[in-house]
Amino acid sequence: MTDWITSPENWAFVLIAVPMVFAAFRAVTSPNVVHSVLFLVVALAASAALFLLLGAEFVAWTVVLVYIGAIIVLFLFGIMITRAPLGVETELSHSNQTKLGAAIVSGALFALITVTTIQGFGDAEVTASPTRTVEIGESIFQRFVIPFEVVSVVLLAALIGGIVLARRDPVEGDEAERSAMGSAQSANLTAEGGEA
Amino acid sequence: MNFWLELLIKVGLALAIMLPVALVVIFGELKISAHMQSRVGPYFAGGRWGWAQPLADGLKFMQKEDLVPADADDRVYKLAPYIVLMGTLALYVVIPIGPDAVARDLDLGVFYVLAVSSLSTLGVLMAGWSSANKYSLIGGLRAAAQLIAYELPLVLAVIAVAVQAGSLSLNDIVNAQASFHLFGVESILGRDVTWISSLISPFMILQIVGLVIFLVASLAELSRIPFDMPIAESELTMGYLTEYSGLRFTMFFLGEYAGLVSMAAIAATLFMGGYSFPGVSEDVLNFLGPVILLSKVMFIAFVFIWLRWTFPRLREDQLQTIAWKWLIPAGLINIVATAIFKVAF
Repeated sequence: MTDWITSPENWAFVLIAVPMVFAAFRAVTSPNVVHSVLFLVVALAASAALFLLLGAEFVAWTVVLVYIGAIIVLFLFGIMITRAPLGVETELSHSNQTKLGAAIVSGALFALITVTTIQGFGDAEVTASPTRTVEIGESIFQRFVIPFEVVSVVLLAALIGGIVLARRDPVEGDEAERSAMGSAQSANLTAEGGEA
Repeated sequence: MNFWLELLIKVGLALAIMLPVALVVIFGELKISAHMQSRVGPYFAGGRWGWAQPLADGLKFMQKEDLVPADADDRVYKLAPYIVLMGTLALYVVIPIGPDAVARDLDLGVFYVLAVSSLSTLGVLMAGWSSANKYSLIGGLRAAAQLIAYELPLVLAVIAVAVQAGSLSLNDIVNAQASFHLFGVESILGRDVTWISSLISPFMILQIVGLVIFLVASLAELSRIPFDMPIAESELTMGYLTEYSGLRFTMFFLGEYAGLVSMAAIAATLFMGGYSFPGVSEDVLNFLGPVILLSKVMFIAFVFIWLRWTFPRLREDQLQTIAWKWLIPAGLINIVATAIFKVAF
C-alpha cells in the first residue's frame, strides 16, 4: 500500500479518474441535454489525459481533435439547430423500467471490458517512455496498411450512405408548384387586405 | 532545474510576452485602419500617437459590471470565455522562438496545434447557447458551421508542409526550411548557387498555394472580416458576444487578438522560416530569433488588418462555397503535388 501512495502516477490517475467517473455519471443523469454533452466533453478530456499519462501522446491529441473538436461540436450543433432548451427538461426523466435496462446494459458492458482487458494484458507493466509519432506512422502505414485502407473504404461508404439518406433530390415540377402556391398566397393576402 | 519552477517561468514568460503583443496588434489595428480611411485614429491617450489607447480600452472594459442575463445558463455562460482563451493561449507551448527556445518541442507539434485550436469552437458554441438570446444562438451556430468548414483547408495546408518537411515537430519544420536546398543543386556552371536556394527555401515560395489556403482559413477561424458572419453587427448585434460585458467580454476580445497573434506565429513558423533568416548563423539566432519571428508575426498581422479594412463581409453561402468548392480541392491537389515533388526529388 505504501508503494501505491508514494508513486506520483497513482495520484495523477486518481485526480483524473475521479472527475472522469463523476462527469460520465452526470452525462447520463443530467436533466438538460446540452449539459449532458458538456459533461461528456469533460469525460473525453479526462480520457485524453489518461492516454497522456500512459505516454500515448498521439492518441491523446487525436481524442481531443476528433472527439472534442469535431464530434462534440457536431452534437452541440445538431442539438442547437433543432431545439436547445435552457433549464430542466421534463421529457428526459425516464421511468424506473428504462433506468433498470440501462443499468443492466452498462453494467454488462463494464464487466465485458474489464474482463477482456485483464485477460488481455494481465499485470504487464506500461513503459513510461512516450511513444513517438514516427513509430505509430510506420506501424500504420507498413504493418497495418491493409486494415487501414479497409477502414478508410468503410468510412467512405458510410459518408456516401449518409449523404444519400439525407439528401432529397429536387422533384420535377416541385419548383413550379411552389411558385404557384406562393402566388396563390399573395393573392389571398391582397384579397384579405382588400376586405379590410 | 526544478520542474515546477521551470514550468512557472515558462507560463509567466509566455503571458508576459504574448499579451503585450496582442495589445500592440490592437493598437496597430486602430491606427492602420484610421490611416487607411484617412482618419487620425486614437490621438490623446498617453500622449504621442495615442499609444495608450488599447490599455485605456482594456481598463474601461474591466471596470464595467460583469452582467449575466436572468435566463442565462449561469455556469456555462461564465465558463465559455475561459475555454476560448485557453484554446488560443495553449498554442504558444509549441511555437519555437529560437533554436533552443521553445516551451516544449512536442514530437507532434503541428497536430497539437490543430487539436488545441479546435477547442475554441466549443467555447463559442457554449457562449452562444447559454446567453439565452436568439442573436447569440444564431451567432454561435454560424461560428460553428464556419469553424467546421474552415478547419479542413487549414489541416490540408498544414499536411502539405509536414510532408515537405518530413516532420510534425515545429522545430524540425523550421530547420527543414533553413537547410533545404532546391533540387539538391549546389552549383551551376561552376558557380556556387546555394545562396539562391537559401533565399527560396522558406515554404512560402514552394508552398505558396498552402500559404494562401492557410491564411484564408485562419482568417475564417478567427472570424475576422471578411469572414465575420458570426458577429455580423448589422444583423446579429454582436453574435455570441451580445450578452457579454466587463471582464468576460475583455477575455473574448483579448482572446481574439491573442488568437490572431498565435495564428500569425504558426503561419510564420510553417511558411516563412520561423525564427531563422537566410545567412544568419545559429549562435546569433539564439538572441535574434525572437526578434525575427516577431517581425514576421507583425508582418502577417498587418496583412490580416489590411484585408479586414479592404474587403466587405462575405455572405454565408459565399463563405461556405469558398471553403468546400475552392480551398479544400486546392488543398488536396497541393498535397498530391507536394508528395510527387517529395518522392521525385
